[in-house]
Amino acid sequence: MLLLTCPWCGPRDETEYHYGGQAHVAYPANPAELSDEEWAEYLFFRDNPKGPFAERWVHSTGCRRWFNVVRDTVTYEVLAVYGPHDPRPELAAGDPR
Amino acid sequence: MADLAILRESPLVHLHERMRAGHDRPVALRETAFLTMASVRVRPGSAAARRIGEVLGGPLPTACGETTAAGGRTALWLGPDEWLVVSSADEPAALTAALHEALGGDPGSIVDVSANRTVLELSGARARAVLEKGCPVDLHPRRFTPGRAVTTTVGPVPVVLWQTAATAYRLLPRSSFADYLARWLLDAMAEYTAPGEP
Repeated sequence: MLLLTCPWCGPRDETEYHYGGQAHVAYPANPAELSDEEWAEYLFFRDNPKGPFAERWVHSTGCRRWFNVVRDTVTYEVLAVYGPHDPRPELAAGDPR
Repeated sequence: MADLAILRESPLVHLHERMRAGHDRPVALRETAFLTMASVRVRPGSAAARRIGEVLGGPLPTACGETTAAGGRTALWLGPDEWLVVSSADEPAALTAALHEALGGDPGSIVDVSANRTVLELSGARARAVLEKGCPVDLHPRRFTPGRAVTTTVGPVPVVLWQTAATAYRLLPRSSFADYLARWLLDAMAEYTAPGEP
Protein backbone atom coordinates (compact mmCIF):
# COMPACT_ATOMS: atom_id res chain seq x y z
CA MET A 1 0.00 0.00 0.00
CA LEU A 2 1.18 3.51 -0.80
CA LEU A 3 1.77 5.91 2.06
CA LEU A 4 0.87 9.33 0.69
CA THR A 5 1.51 12.57 2.57
CA CYS A 6 -1.47 14.87 2.28
CA PRO A 7 -0.22 18.50 2.27
CA TRP A 8 -2.80 19.30 4.98
CA CYS A 9 -3.19 16.08 6.99
CA GLY A 10 0.22 14.39 6.80
CA PRO A 11 0.97 10.75 5.98
CA ARG A 12 -2.07 8.52 5.48
CA ASP A 13 -2.73 5.17 3.85
CA GLU A 14 -3.61 4.99 0.17
CA THR A 15 -7.10 3.74 1.07
CA GLU A 16 -8.01 7.22 2.37
CA TYR A 17 -7.40 8.71 -1.08
CA HIS A 18 -8.88 8.55 -4.54
CA TYR A 19 -6.88 8.78 -7.71
CA GLY A 20 -7.53 11.57 -10.19
CA GLY A 21 -5.39 10.68 -13.18
CA GLN A 22 -2.69 12.73 -14.85
CA ALA A 23 -2.07 16.22 -13.45
CA HIS A 24 -1.56 19.42 -15.43
CA VAL A 25 -4.06 18.57 -18.19
CA ALA A 26 -5.23 22.09 -19.00
CA TYR A 27 -8.82 22.73 -20.08
CA PRO A 28 -8.83 23.88 -23.72
CA ALA A 29 -8.70 27.65 -24.08
CA ASN A 30 -11.31 27.67 -26.88
CA PRO A 31 -13.35 24.49 -26.41
CA ALA A 32 -15.85 25.49 -29.10
CA GLU A 33 -13.14 25.48 -31.75
CA LEU A 34 -11.85 21.97 -31.06
CA SER A 35 -12.25 19.24 -33.62
CA ASP A 36 -13.52 15.84 -32.52
CA GLU A 37 -10.00 14.53 -32.69
CA GLU A 38 -8.70 17.30 -30.43
CA TRP A 39 -11.55 16.71 -27.96
CA ALA A 40 -10.77 13.01 -27.87
CA GLU A 41 -7.14 13.84 -27.25
CA TYR A 42 -8.05 16.20 -24.39
CA LEU A 43 -10.52 13.77 -22.80
CA PHE A 44 -8.89 10.40 -23.22
CA PHE A 45 -5.24 10.61 -24.22
CA ARG A 46 -2.87 10.46 -21.28
CA ASP A 47 0.83 9.95 -20.82
CA ASN A 48 1.96 6.54 -19.66
CA PRO A 49 5.57 7.06 -18.66
CA LYS A 50 7.92 4.52 -17.21
CA GLY A 51 9.31 6.62 -14.37
CA PRO A 52 8.21 9.86 -12.68
CA PHE A 53 4.58 10.73 -13.39
CA ALA A 54 2.64 13.77 -12.09
CA GLU A 55 -0.83 12.72 -11.00
CA ARG A 56 -3.76 14.06 -9.01
CA TRP A 57 -5.02 12.62 -5.74
CA VAL A 58 -7.86 13.64 -3.43
CA HIS A 59 -7.87 12.95 0.31
CA SER A 60 -11.46 11.80 0.15
CA THR A 61 -11.93 10.47 3.68
CA GLY A 62 -9.82 13.23 5.24
CA CYS A 63 -9.80 16.91 4.38
CA ARG A 64 -11.33 16.28 0.92
CA ARG A 65 -8.72 18.44 -0.81
CA TRP A 66 -7.03 17.78 -4.15
CA PHE A 67 -3.29 17.84 -4.54
CA ASN A 68 -0.62 16.63 -6.95
CA VAL A 69 1.93 13.89 -6.52
CA VAL A 70 4.95 12.95 -8.60
CA ARG A 71 5.21 9.19 -8.34
CA ASP A 72 7.67 6.83 -9.96
CA THR A 73 5.57 4.32 -11.86
CA VAL A 74 8.35 1.72 -11.67
CA THR A 75 9.29 1.86 -8.00
CA TYR A 76 6.08 3.48 -6.66
CA GLU A 77 8.32 5.92 -4.83
CA VAL A 78 6.58 9.23 -4.11
CA LEU A 79 9.02 11.88 -5.31
CA ALA A 80 7.06 15.08 -4.59
CA VAL A 81 3.75 16.28 -3.15
CA TYR A 82 2.53 19.77 -4.01
CA GLY A 83 -0.57 21.95 -4.25
CA PRO A 84 -3.17 21.56 -6.99
CA HIS A 85 -2.29 24.88 -8.62
CA ASP A 86 1.49 24.71 -8.21
CA PRO A 87 3.74 23.97 -11.19
CA ARG A 88 5.38 20.57 -11.36
CA PRO A 89 8.53 20.77 -9.23
CA GLU A 90 11.93 20.23 -10.78
CA LEU A 91 13.24 16.99 -9.38
CA ALA A 92 16.88 16.48 -8.57
CA ALA A 93 18.95 15.13 -11.43
CA GLY A 94 20.43 11.67 -11.24
CA ASP A 95 17.34 9.70 -12.20
CA PRO A 96 18.76 6.44 -13.56
CA ARG A 97 16.08 6.13 -16.25
CA MET B 1 -46.13 23.74 22.01
CA ALA B 2 -45.61 19.99 22.00
CA ASP B 3 -42.04 18.96 22.70
CA LEU B 4 -41.04 17.20 19.50
CA ALA B 5 -37.68 16.19 20.99
CA ILE B 6 -39.29 13.35 22.93
CA LEU B 7 -40.45 11.76 19.66
CA ARG B 8 -37.05 11.49 18.05
CA GLU B 9 -35.09 8.25 17.90
CA SER B 10 -31.33 8.04 17.74
CA PRO B 11 -29.78 6.09 14.85
CA LEU B 12 -28.57 3.40 17.27
CA VAL B 13 -31.54 3.06 19.60
CA HIS B 14 -31.96 -0.59 18.55
CA LEU B 15 -28.41 -1.41 19.73
CA HIS B 16 -28.44 0.37 23.10
CA GLU B 17 -29.21 -2.81 24.99
CA ARG B 18 -26.33 -4.71 23.37
CA MET B 19 -23.99 -1.82 24.10
CA ARG B 20 -25.03 -1.65 27.76
CA ALA B 21 -24.34 -5.35 28.25
CA GLY B 22 -20.58 -4.85 28.56
CA HIS B 23 -20.39 -1.67 30.58
CA ASP B 24 -18.17 -3.10 33.36
CA ARG B 25 -15.64 -4.66 30.96
CA PRO B 26 -12.20 -3.31 29.87
CA VAL B 27 -13.87 -1.57 26.97
CA ALA B 28 -17.35 -0.13 26.68
CA LEU B 29 -19.40 1.43 23.91
CA ARG B 30 -22.30 3.82 24.20
CA GLU B 31 -24.09 6.33 22.05
CA THR B 32 -24.34 9.99 22.93
CA ALA B 33 -27.07 11.04 20.57
CA PHE B 34 -28.46 14.43 19.62
CA LEU B 35 -25.41 16.58 20.25
CA THR B 36 -25.58 19.88 18.46
CA MET B 37 -23.21 20.13 15.50
CA ALA B 38 -22.55 22.92 13.06
CA SER B 39 -20.42 22.92 9.95
CA VAL B 40 -18.33 26.08 9.65
CA ARG B 41 -16.61 27.11 6.45
CA VAL B 42 -14.74 30.37 6.37
CA ARG B 43 -11.42 31.62 5.03
CA PRO B 44 -8.76 30.83 7.66
CA GLY B 45 -7.13 33.87 9.22
CA SER B 46 -9.87 36.23 8.02
CA ALA B 47 -11.72 38.73 10.22
CA ALA B 48 -14.81 36.51 10.07
CA ALA B 49 -12.78 33.51 11.29
CA ARG B 50 -11.57 35.63 14.21
CA ARG B 51 -15.12 36.70 15.07
CA ILE B 52 -16.29 33.07 14.97
CA GLY B 53 -13.39 32.17 17.26
CA GLU B 54 -14.55 34.82 19.72
CA VAL B 55 -18.08 33.37 19.75
CA LEU B 56 -16.65 29.90 20.40
CA GLY B 57 -14.36 31.13 23.16
CA GLY B 58 -11.10 30.27 21.41
CA PRO B 59 -9.53 30.59 17.95
CA LEU B 60 -10.48 28.04 15.28
CA PRO B 61 -7.81 25.32 15.11
CA THR B 62 -5.35 25.78 12.28
CA ALA B 63 -3.84 22.33 11.68
CA CYS B 64 -5.00 18.77 11.15
CA GLY B 65 -5.78 17.02 14.43
CA GLU B 66 -6.23 20.16 16.51
CA THR B 67 -9.37 21.05 18.46
CA THR B 68 -10.29 23.99 20.62
CA ALA B 69 -12.74 23.54 23.45
CA ALA B 70 -14.50 26.17 25.53
CA GLY B 71 -17.78 26.26 27.41
CA GLY B 72 -19.14 22.90 26.25
CA ARG B 73 -18.32 23.66 22.61
CA THR B 74 -15.46 22.11 20.67
CA ALA B 75 -14.27 23.13 17.23
CA LEU B 76 -12.71 20.24 15.28
CA TRP B 77 -10.44 20.82 12.29
CA LEU B 78 -11.83 19.00 9.24
CA GLY B 79 -10.00 20.81 6.45
CA PRO B 80 -7.98 23.97 5.84
CA ASP B 81 -11.16 26.04 5.65
CA GLU B 82 -13.66 23.68 7.27
CA TRP B 83 -14.51 22.97 10.90
CA LEU B 84 -17.09 20.99 12.84
CA VAL B 85 -18.42 22.59 16.01
CA VAL B 86 -19.79 20.05 18.48
CA SER B 87 -21.76 21.39 21.41
CA SER B 88 -23.46 19.86 24.39
CA ALA B 89 -24.50 23.30 25.64
CA ASP B 90 -26.54 24.78 22.78
CA GLU B 91 -29.71 24.18 20.85
CA PRO B 92 -28.88 23.87 17.12
CA ALA B 93 -30.77 27.01 16.14
CA ALA B 94 -29.12 29.11 18.83
CA LEU B 95 -25.63 27.94 17.89
CA THR B 96 -26.04 28.50 14.16
CA ALA B 97 -27.66 31.90 14.79
CA ALA B 98 -24.70 33.00 16.93
CA LEU B 99 -22.22 31.75 14.33
CA HIS B 100 -24.18 33.37 11.48
CA GLU B 101 -24.04 36.67 13.30
CA ALA B 102 -20.27 36.30 13.69
CA LEU B 103 -19.84 35.44 10.02
CA GLY B 104 -21.80 38.54 9.03
CA GLY B 105 -21.84 39.05 5.28
CA ASP B 106 -18.37 37.62 4.71
CA PRO B 107 -17.77 34.62 2.42
CA GLY B 108 -18.39 31.35 4.24
CA SER B 109 -21.17 29.13 5.45
CA ILE B 110 -22.70 27.95 8.70
CA VAL B 111 -24.92 24.88 8.47
CA ASP B 112 -26.70 22.93 11.21
CA VAL B 113 -25.48 19.34 10.69
CA SER B 114 -26.70 17.90 14.00
CA ALA B 115 -28.59 15.12 12.24
CA ASN B 116 -25.69 14.30 9.93
CA ARG B 117 -23.64 12.32 12.43
CA THR B 118 -24.18 10.52 15.68
CA VAL B 119 -21.60 10.13 18.44
CA LEU B 120 -20.27 6.80 19.67
CA GLU B 121 -18.18 6.81 22.83
CA LEU B 122 -15.63 4.04 23.12
CA SER B 123 -13.87 3.96 26.47
CA GLY B 124 -11.82 1.72 28.69
CA ALA B 125 -8.31 0.33 28.93
CA ARG B 126 -8.75 -1.65 25.71
CA ALA B 127 -10.34 1.12 23.65
CA ARG B 128 -7.18 1.82 21.65
CA ALA B 129 -6.65 -1.89 21.00
CA VAL B 130 -10.17 -2.12 19.55
CA LEU B 131 -9.67 0.87 17.26
CA GLU B 132 -6.27 -0.35 16.11
CA LYS B 133 -7.96 -3.37 14.56
CA GLY B 134 -9.29 -1.19 11.78
CA CYS B 135 -7.97 2.36 11.88
CA PRO B 136 -4.96 3.39 9.75
CA VAL B 137 -4.07 6.37 11.96
CA ASP B 138 -1.25 5.95 14.50
CA LEU B 139 -3.13 6.05 17.80
CA HIS B 140 -0.12 5.51 20.04
CA PRO B 141 0.02 8.17 22.81
CA ARG B 142 3.24 9.57 21.35
CA ARG B 143 1.25 10.68 18.29
CA PHE B 144 -2.40 10.84 19.32
CA THR B 145 -3.40 12.42 22.61
CA PRO B 146 -6.56 13.67 24.32
CA GLY B 147 -7.92 16.70 22.52
CA ARG B 148 -6.90 15.50 19.06
CA ALA B 149 -9.41 14.68 16.33
CA VAL B 150 -8.86 13.44 12.77
CA THR B 151 -11.04 12.38 9.88
CA THR B 152 -10.22 8.80 8.98
CA THR B 153 -11.77 5.37 8.64
CA VAL B 154 -12.57 2.72 11.24
CA GLY B 155 -13.18 -0.53 9.47
CA PRO B 156 -14.62 0.63 6.16
CA VAL B 157 -16.59 3.51 7.72
CA PRO B 158 -15.43 7.14 7.39
CA VAL B 159 -15.52 8.77 10.80
CA VAL B 160 -14.24 11.74 12.72
CA LEU B 161 -12.15 10.13 15.45
CA TRP B 162 -11.74 12.33 18.50
CA GLN B 163 -9.82 11.38 21.63
CA THR B 164 -11.47 12.94 24.68
CA ALA B 165 -9.46 11.36 27.50
CA ALA B 166 -6.52 9.00 27.98
CA THR B 167 -8.70 5.94 27.33
CA ALA B 168 -11.81 7.47 25.79
CA TYR B 169 -12.58 8.15 22.16
CA ARG B 170 -15.52 9.65 20.35
CA LEU B 171 -16.37 8.35 16.90
CA LEU B 172 -18.60 10.45 14.70
CA PRO B 173 -19.94 8.40 11.77
CA ARG B 174 -22.66 9.49 9.40
CA SER B 175 -25.99 8.41 10.91
CA SER B 176 -26.66 5.95 8.10
CA PHE B 177 -23.30 4.22 8.72
CA ALA B 178 -23.69 4.21 12.51
CA ASP B 179 -25.41 0.83 12.67
CA TYR B 180 -22.62 -0.85 10.70
CA LEU B 181 -19.91 0.88 12.73
CA ALA B 182 -21.51 0.01 16.07
CA ARG B 183 -21.83 -3.65 15.07
CA TRP B 184 -18.23 -3.61 13.78
CA LEU B 185 -17.06 -2.20 17.13
CA LEU B 186 -19.13 -4.64 19.18
CA ASP B 187 -17.58 -7.46 17.18
CA ALA B 188 -14.07 -6.05 17.65
CA MET B 189 -14.75 -5.66 21.38
CA ALA B 190 -16.02 -9.19 21.81
CA GLU B 191 -12.67 -10.69 22.85
CA TYR B 192 -12.44 -8.20 25.71
CA THR B 193 -16.07 -8.20 26.79
CA ALA B 194 -16.82 -11.90 26.69
CA PRO B 195 -17.78 -13.36 30.09
CA GLY B 196 -14.77 -14.83 31.83
CA GLU B 197 -12.26 -12.51 30.16
CA PRO B 198 -10.18 -10.44 32.57
